[in-house]
Amino acid sequence: MAEKVYAGKTVSVTDDGYMSDPNQWSKEIAVEIANEEGLSLTDKHFEVIEFIREKTVKGEALTIRSIGKSGIIDTKGFYELFPGAPLKKATRIAGIAKPSSCV
Amino acid sequence: MANIEHPIKKVMIICAKASIEDVYAALVMANGAVMEGIEAKVFFTFFGLDAITKKQMKKLHTATVGNPGLRMPGGLPFPTLLGMLPGVEAGVSAMMKSQMEKLDIPPVDEFLELITAGGGEIFACKLAVEMFGLKKEDFSEHVKDIITIGQFYELAAGEGTQIIFT
Repeated sequence: MAEKVYAGKTVSVTDDGYMSDPNQWSKEIAVEIANEEGLSLTDKHFEVIEFIREKTVKGEALTIRSIGKSGIIDTKGFYELFPGAPLKKATRIAGIAKPSSCV
Repeated sequence: MANIEHPIKKVMIICAKASIEDVYAALVMANGAVMEGIEAKVFFTFFGLDAITKKQMKKLHTATVGNPGLRMPGGLPFPTLLGMLPGVEAGVSAMMKSQMEKLDIPPVDEFLELITAGGGEIFACKLAVEMFGLKKEDFSEHVKDIITIGQFYELAAGEGTQIIFT
């Protein structure tokens, strides 16, 4: 387990760069992780991130399909917000574990 | 650990059969690629065309005869004679679909939408389309084009491409 400094705070991260304690997360940290991914976050990004965090706290499985049905954004929009690998990028920015879903 | 020097950049997936398991293997692989930021193109041919024709895509079945992997709930082998009875194959197929829904695996049409929303592309094989007497309008709106095998190989061009026959 490694440690990293984001927004002046030391947080623990996995080898893949995912935060291992979601409680250490803050919006300022999200902005810095997003910078590493080459993204600057908008309000829409944060809406999606909040949704992902809420779903994870409830222990529900996270899939691209469920985000597409969230009412916040459709699947295409999700791919546009987090280009490349949306679920991996969004969860990393949201400070939660790397997704383990196959769909 | 992933080999970052030679990542897979593109997958070309071929689906030639219409059973639930064959079609979903292709769809899960294609969608999984798109989720990872890998370019994905799926080529449906022969009976696989059922998965992308509007008339058949919602009626896919799994074989209850000649399918040694199929078991009764509880694990006993599924008797071939039972599999022959009318309605049994439809019932087993419906059960499989409801199990998949529980895992948030979408129905075929929605799965195609997910894949194309992520930039994946769906193609129908020209030869098979002609063989089955199908037309462009018979296919799902998510089908990008009807192409020849030559065009398929042209699309496959580039470093880091893998061709996968499910």
